[in-house]
Amino acid sequence: MQDRGGVPTSEPIDRTEHELDDWELLTDALVGALGAGGIMNVDERAAYYERWLFSIETNLIEKGILAPGELEARL
Amino acid sequence: MTAHDHDHDHPHEPIGSDGEPPAAARARALEELLVEKGVLTREAVRQRIDWLVSRSPADGARLVAHAWVDPEFKRRLLADARTAAAELGLDTGPSPEVVAVENTDQVHHMVVCTLCSCYPRALLGPPPAWYKSLPYRSRAVSEPRAVLAEFGVELDPGVEVRVLDSTADVRYLVVPTRPAGTEGLSEDELAALVTRDSMIGVAGPREPLSASA
Amino acid sequence: MRFALGQQVRVSDRPHAGHCRTPGYVKGKTGTVERVHGSFTNPETRAYGADGLPEQPLYGVVFAQRDVWPVYAGPAGDRVVVDVYEHWLEKA
Repeated sequence: MQDRGGVPTSEPIDRTEHELDDWELLTDALVGALGAGGIMNVDERAAYYERWLFSIETNLIEKGILAPGELEARL
Repeated sequence: MTAHDHDHDHPHEPIGSDGEPPAAARARALEELLVEKGVLTREAVRQRIDWLVSRSPADGARLVAHAWVDPEFKRRLLADARTAAAELGLDTGPSPEVVAVENTDQVHHMVVCTLCSCYPRALLGPPPAWYKSLPYRSRAVSEPRAVLAEFGVELDPGVEVRVLDSTADVRYLVVPTRPAGTEGLSEDELAALVTRDSMIGVAGPREPLSASA
Repeated sequence: MRFALGQQVRVSDRPHAGHCRTPGYVKGKTGTVERVHGSFTNPETRAYGADGLPEQPLYGVVFAQRDVWPVYAGPAGDRVVVDVYEHWLEKA
């Protein structure tokens, strides 16, 4: 999690609407399914879709569910 | 997964040579691995996707519209949103707690999650990209009136702007003020005036079409 | 529950190691308990794979914006409400 409240910024708020890409939806679903299964919870996640995905992989490696490099071998 | 049409002016991941971002292949590979290892079932993932795509602001709008026509329901909604929503057959979602707050002539509420992007998704659908953005998360608490002005909302200094930062397991739903001139409208017509942004607190509800239309 | 509705509380101003759900902008600030949400599992221990027990009471604490920010451009009546866990609060 990033503690952002009050951090000075000159970046404008971009209000463009953005539909979720399929992979973003899938990542969201994986996060939810892992949470419901008691394997990972909301506080173990770092941030949004792409960052969620990398944090899921790291967590699973730490837990011994994935071996390092196993995901890369599947790409 | 099927291709989708939408405007590509918004930022995406860098496009790989096969036309999709690298993260897409990683997500699919991760799902395959987790299913093979028995950590998740494909059905559980599909069910979750189905639930996610089913979510829109419609359920939130129904709660607001019913609260507008029934003051006793509104009282119950503000006291215990989950139980009140269940009266209408609506589920406030998996969050441990959902709290409804009411905008009045004296108080205007605005919701943010400065730590991540917590949001009452069951009632409002997916959070907009701007809600998750770093500048919204930082400025909504420190300069809410400037952010509201960017969204086209100007409030009198005598109105209290109250920012709710969903830092923990509580999700917030704003009940916007019922617009004037809506006395004759049905609940469905009222619900059509209630937008996602008005339930986040960065906009008012739509105004009713004029009666002479 | 250590704190009651309407009680003045101060957010502890201590550094945190690891996962924390108390935003920096209210650390050391004094506000008033306006909601008692009940008890929830502790996200700070949940974050590292533990079950988050024992549950911690969670409070909605309201702060005057002018008390929170060194320079707040809005009126004195503006407020910010933050949900804070009991172990981050002290009597003011």
